[in-house]
Amino acid sequence: MSKFKKKKKGLPAISTASLPDIVFMLLFFFMVSTTMRETDLKVKVTLPFATEVKKLERKSLVSYIYVGKMNGVGGDKIQLNDRISDVKNVKYFIFAERESHSEDEIPLLTTSIKADINSNVGTITDIKEELRNVNALKINYSTRKGDITKNIK
Amino acid sequence: MAKRDVPEINAGSMADIAFLLLIFFLVTTTMNVDTGISRKLPEKQDPNIKPPKLKEKNVFVVTVNRNNEILVEGEKFIQVDQLREEAKKFIDNGGGLGNPIKDPRTGEMLPAAECTWCEGAKDPASSDHPNKAVISLESNRGTSYGTYIAVQNELVGAYTDLRNRLANKLYGKSYDQLVKDLNNDPNNESLKAKVKDIKTKYPQIISEAEPLK
Repeated sequence: MSKFKKKKKGLPAISTASLPDIVFMLLFFFMVSTTMRETDLKVKVTLPFATEVKKLERKSLVSYIYVGKMNGVGGDKIQLNDRISDVKNVKYFIFAERESHSEDEIPLLTTSIKADINSNVGTITDIKEELRNVNALKINYSTRKGDITKNIK
Repeated sequence: MAKRDVPEINAGSMADIAFLLLIFFLVTTTMNVDTGISRKLPEKQDPNIKPPKLKEKNVFVVTVNRNNEILVEGEKFIQVDQLREEAKKFIDNGGGLGNPIKDPRTGEMLPAAECTWCEGAKDPASSDHPNKAVISLESNRGTSYGTYIAVQNELVGAYTDLRNRLANKLYGKSYDQLVKDLNNDPNNESLKAKVKDIKTKYPQIISEAEPLK
């Protein structure tokens, strides 16, 4: 049987030539379906649940106000952009947002309030009062879709 | 000229590069879909102008206290899952004449009329007409935001349910579906008219009082 070389034992190496293709596919998927993280959250926000939710359209017209506790202790803190801030600064935040949009987009600007489920309504009311003062009337209470009875413990 | 052999480029590290990029994007991006309850805040009023007088029977007062208990009409404590039915009963009562509205076609003012599309109890002690029915939400500064959102959600939900019911009856399609269709086809005039019609028949009137200290 010298004519036939003995077959090498063991499995042949698996070709990894298509690995880059797979990874690229994943990469493109994530590039398309995700958005850049814009702010670092300083406050802890667990959104409440609601059923009558609407999707926020046109994200470029939305500005976010975060409300929650810092490190889970103390009172409610308000975060604008990257900084913990005071209620009084809400109006300057809105002015700055308006500055970066063109004139005809200003009435469409929406303020999304992302507040923690355990924060106080008083804090939210203060923010709403400030927003009314500067005539930023379109707001959105950010929520998760889910059963509302989970809001009440 | 001698034929030169172009050496093959080693593509083995391509996967590594792609992985690196992939991980970068995974870390720096988020995939959140923002959803929420959209509301419009009332404009600042001139303090000299007195608010319009409302009949007490046309106002549905929901109070949430600091212990997150819900009080309806100042007399009845209820659970949050009962609130929707209570609110629907109130809005849909149709016990009297409504506010005069404009005719959508001619623009003329129509005389005050009864609510012909209401299916409520027609109790004279409750609201007259959906366009007169006001839901007033009073909260306390110490109320938890979760409860507040739950109450808001139920009140908006009551209107949505009524609108859906009416749209199903008139146009064979739910109101949500009509709005969705309108979003896909924003220039469709007949669809626009339908949505507007439902909106004027069940206008969403939720007023928020200043929270109590």
